Amino acid sequence: MRPGPVLSLLAVAAFGVAPLLLPSWVMFLLTLALAKSVVVLAIALLLRGGLVSFGHGMFFAAGAYTVGLGMKWFGLQEALVLAALGVLVSAGVAALLGLFIARYRGIFFAMLNMAISMVIYALLLKLYWVTGGTDGLGIRTPTILGITPDRLNLRLVMYYFTLALTAPAFYVVDRFWHSPLGFMLRAVRDNEVRVEYMGSSVGRVIYASYILSGALGGLSGILTGFSVGHIVPELAYWTTSGEFVFAAILGGAARIPGPLVGSISFEFLKSYAYKYAAYTWQMTLGVAMLLIILFMPTGLWTISELLTRQVRPWPPSSKPAR
Amino acid sequence: MTVPVVILLDGVLYAVVLFLVAAGLTLVYGVMRILNIAHGSLYALGAYAGTFLVVAYLRTGGPAPLMYPALLAGALLAGAITGPLVERLLLRPIYAREEVVQLLVTYSLFLILEDVMKLIWGVNPFYVAGPYALLGTVSIAGVRYAWYQLLLILVALGTGILVSLAIRGTRLGRMMIAVTTDREISAALGINVGRVCTLAFTAGAVLAALGGALVGPLIAVAPGISVEAIVLAFAVVVIGGLGSLEGAALGALIVGITRAAAVQLFPEVELATVYLIMVAVLLFRPRGLFGELEVRRI
Repeated sequence: MRPGPVLSLLAVAAFGVAPLLLPSWVMFLLTLALAKSVVVLAIALLLRGGLVSFGHGMFFAAGAYTVGLGMKWFGLQEALVLAALGVLVSAGVAALLGLFIARYRGIFFAMLNMAISMVIYALLLKLYWVTGGTDGLGIRTPTILGITPDRLNLRLVMYYFTLALTAPAFYVVDRFWHSPLGFMLRAVRDNEVRVEYMGSSVGRVIYASYILSGALGGLSGILTGFSVGHIVPELAYWTTSGEFVFAAILGGAARIPGPLVGSISFEFLKSYAYKYAAYTWQMTLGVAMLLIILFMPTGLWTISELLTRQVRPWPPSSKPAR
Repeated sequence: MTVPVVILLDGVLYAVVLFLVAAGLTLVYGVMRILNIAHGSLYALGAYAGTFLVVAYLRTGGPAPLMYPALLAGALLAGAITGPLVERLLLRPIYAREEVVQLLVTYSLFLILEDVMKLIWGVNPFYVAGPYALLGTVSIAGVRYAWYQLLLILVALGTGILVSLAIRGTRLGRMMIAVTTDREISAALGINVGRVCTLAFTAGAVLAALGGALVGPLIAVAPGISVEAIVLAFAVVVIGGLGSLEGAALGALIVGITRAAAVQLFPEVELATVYLIMVAVLLFRPRGLFGELEVRRI
């Protein structure tokens, strides 16, 4: 279901007043969940074209490391400048890799993304004189629009900063999905050959989606880097990318709110799994993922649709994409 | 003069182990059209089970040379128990689903197996030098080399040859080729496709576990080796062509030598060089070196 403008504004308003109602540890998790929901959205964007990427950690890391290196080597302090730079760099990385990767589908697309992200991980790890190796890089408190946030409200400021950049990302993807290019991406998933027959270029559709997806992955890494304050090469590790895919499946990738729901549930699931099942938390994730894939293939968000279905029947023409 | 010899010896060693793992991966892909992300976990499982059995055996104080059968038995057990279980319970329900779903299911399996291994064997690295130390070393062109490593190369090569002969020469192997070529026609001809799939997956699992067990005494068996294995094995099968056994052999040789050379000459970019080669191969032959043989894939 496409949430109308009223519903979307209500959701943003709800996130806006959340700090008044929720304890501070929940707010920190929520900041992280919001930041990561953008890369989950990036995964969902490609899933709509039937493509799954096991390597979005590389864009995530590209964004985060642009911020870290920009601060360390170029003395940049302004969050918005760093964010813009990070999005540009990760979009650039996607544009470069896309030339190669956009030619592949299915298994090859998934595994090539994973392979290249592992190379980037190895480089971040081994080029320690630039990237700090396993120690990673610290990210100092940035200035936002030239103002240095007060130490006491830092977390609150970072929350609103994250919210202010997350909401537009969701808007952009919603617009994209309802643009001709976005519909074409869905058509590619259904039948690639027929899209070619219609005279459209499948390669161009996938390439454009890949760049947008990479840029979103970068933005997510930037926001996560700012709110955590420390970045490590593991951001590009393939299991990090796997977690993003998991969150996308968990929330359901076919609807705009899916990635948000998925990312928030994932952050809470993860923090509880760490607490109660520290040694078996990967197993918990694996089992949960299996159950969802086998029994609830459209994700958590569709539960709400099942509940509202008797009120407003779903038009048969727009059957769920996954 | 020593460096080229070291590169060659290490390269061949990496190559034969990679070949065992990649052959399993490519066999499973050929027959079932599923790329098993958890394949690296089967390799790790073999490494753990093999070295664990060796340790357990050495504690009983029996004659030392019998630890080699123990090592192999560990691998066989690990593969032969996990293989059919996974294929029957997890993969069979999703044969008809999309590739993406199949990838996600094997990824979930990878996550589960990682923790299962941590639960059974803990998180501390396992060092088992017994099988390695017992045989002593030999000097090859001025480089000291362990007999165990030479033995490993022979055993792995022998297994590889045996597997390709079995696939071409036995009734079961030919049934696998038939299922690889056309699933429906094979079923129509009376081949029990489900059973062939179970056997192929088990064979793949045993090959991966064997690779892990053979290399176990040479490395620190620790969480994380499964990821390394699947990442390299994937590069190997992509270079060679998914589903091709000869391709896996050639790919393993290329990746093994490259990796050994990179470790000696530019250790920072070890993994990157392997993938640069993979990308280069894909640019010129998008289906890998042996990928064009669509008619017959193993």
